[in-house]
Amino acid sequence: MKKFLIWIVLLAPLLTLGLFAFSKGWFYPEPFPVKWTPETFSRLLTDSRTLKAILDSLSLAFIVSLLSLIIGYPAARTIGTQDFPAKKYVWLAIFLPTVVPPLAIGMGLSILALQTGLAGTRFGIILAHIVPTLPYTVFTLAGVFARYDENYEYQALALGASPTRIFFTVTLRLLAPGLAVAGLFAFIISWSQYLLTLLVGGGRVLTLPVLLFSAVSGGNPTTISALSLLFLAPPVLIIAATARFLGENPNDIHERI
Amino acid sequence: MKPSTKTLLRLAPTLVILTILLGASLLYGIAQSLGYLTIIGEKELNLRAYQNLITSQGTAGREFWVSLGFSLWVSLASTILSAIGALFLATLLNRRPSNFNTFALNWNLAFPHLVWGVFMLLLLAQSGLLARWAGALGIIETPADFPVIVRDRFGFGIILTYLGKEIPFLTLVILVLLRTQSEGYLRVAENLGANAWQRFRLVTLPLVRPALLSGALLVFAYIFGAYEVPALLGVSYPRMLSVLALEAFTNPDLHARAEGMAISLIIAFIVLGIAIFARAKEEIQG
Repeated sequence: MKKFLIWIVLLAPLLTLGLFAFSKGWFYPEPFPVKWTPETFSRLLTDSRTLKAILDSLSLAFIVSLLSLIIGYPAARTIGTQDFPAKKYVWLAIFLPTVVPPLAIGMGLSILALQTGLAGTRFGIILAHIVPTLPYTVFTLAGVFARYDENYEYQALALGASPTRIFFTVTLRLLAPGLAVAGLFAFIISWSQYLLTLLVGGGRVLTLPVLLFSAVSGGNPTTISALSLLFLAPPVLIIAATARFLGENPNDIHERI
Repeated sequence: MKPSTKTLLRLAPTLVILTILLGASLLYGIAQSLGYLTIIGEKELNLRAYQNLITSQGTAGREFWVSLGFSLWVSLASTILSAIGALFLATLLNRRPSNFNTFALNWNLAFPHLVWGVFMLLLLAQSGLLARWAGALGIIETPADFPVIVRDRFGFGIILTYLGKEIPFLTLVILVLLRTQSEGYLRVAENLGANAWQRFRLVTLPLVRPALLSGALLVFAYIFGAYEVPALLGVSYPRMLSVLALEAFTNPDLHARAEGMAISLIIAFIVLGIAIFARAKEEIQG
């Protein structure tokens, strides 16, 4: 019973959005839609602007999370496994960008982007998204590395494996769950960025959150809900798929890698 | 002593990229807030935007103090209520750890603030789902009878929206600590005859306080500077600083732009100041 109630709370957003998205001519005070239709979805999924927004959002978030992993990996490994002078200040320098609001970063970057010709380009938006994703990736991976046993690598080295081979057969495999979580964080952060995309994209790159936000000002609850569900699909699928790992993440991670 | 060259090289990609992007955005922001508007050929620096804000003049400036107060109210209320809610929830869940509970708390990672705000609108607006149910049950006559919960003058809708997102986050922050460190202490306290309140006050609270404090500061910083939720669930007056800043920044009148930029920088520096202060304090206490 208790679990059932929690499930209701957990699913409430999806159920509410679903009610509105599949309804047709649903007015106050009907408690539930009188007529149901998948029309809104089929309209959105055949609309070229929405399709392009979905593809743009997906590819941006994918590139941003991949770049964050690649750029952040060496720093995370150093922070997680070594003690070095001025570590405190390095930590602070990576932490600060997470504190400055996207509003301030976005406004500043929009001026920079205008002057360098990056305004409205995908490259400009990728750079802007890296500001919030890279620190999270570094911190997540640093936490993973703090519990990582480098001796497996030395073992392989002693057995004569090349550095490349060690990286792919030892390091990557041991770190895979941690890398997945870090990449996942970066993907979701980039996927849900509205302000940075709007300010640096200057309204020329319409990602899904940008479309959704302007739909909300338009005020049609059916369209808003259907767009919201499309926007929610990747994060919901990702979280549901990795739930088992996320569930064990806080206490068990040292036994998994 | 300096870090070794190898260490520096490994840190370089992350540090250089973040420093350049953050530094450039702040420098351009500061320049523009001081009236350096190359678009209209104005290159003389002045403090007019800041003067306007302090003396309540200009397009955005006349709302500055009201918005500052409103932003502080919304962020403080959301943060404090979230922290209290998270302490309560974490204490409750720590007794019965389960993967399902952790999953339930992680679940809202899947809901970006934008969609969470949309959900609250659809649920709580005067023509929303709850209003329709109340109408069907005969509790209210017309949508206008439903209380104004979202898009209200006091920011309750904004605060409520943040509670749904931030309580699970802070609960996770606390639970990680409790599950790894509290068991022994709690058992000892129980054996010594401590009641539930004493265990909470003498074991749980001191144990989680530093982590909860830094978590709460992250939450405060986020809410104080965030745009989407107050833009969706707020009214046009009073509005949060972030909403005021963006509107001024996108105003066709270029002088309003300087004011918008100035407000956004003030938000950024308030938030930075709090974060650095909290960090320093944490280190002194160990």
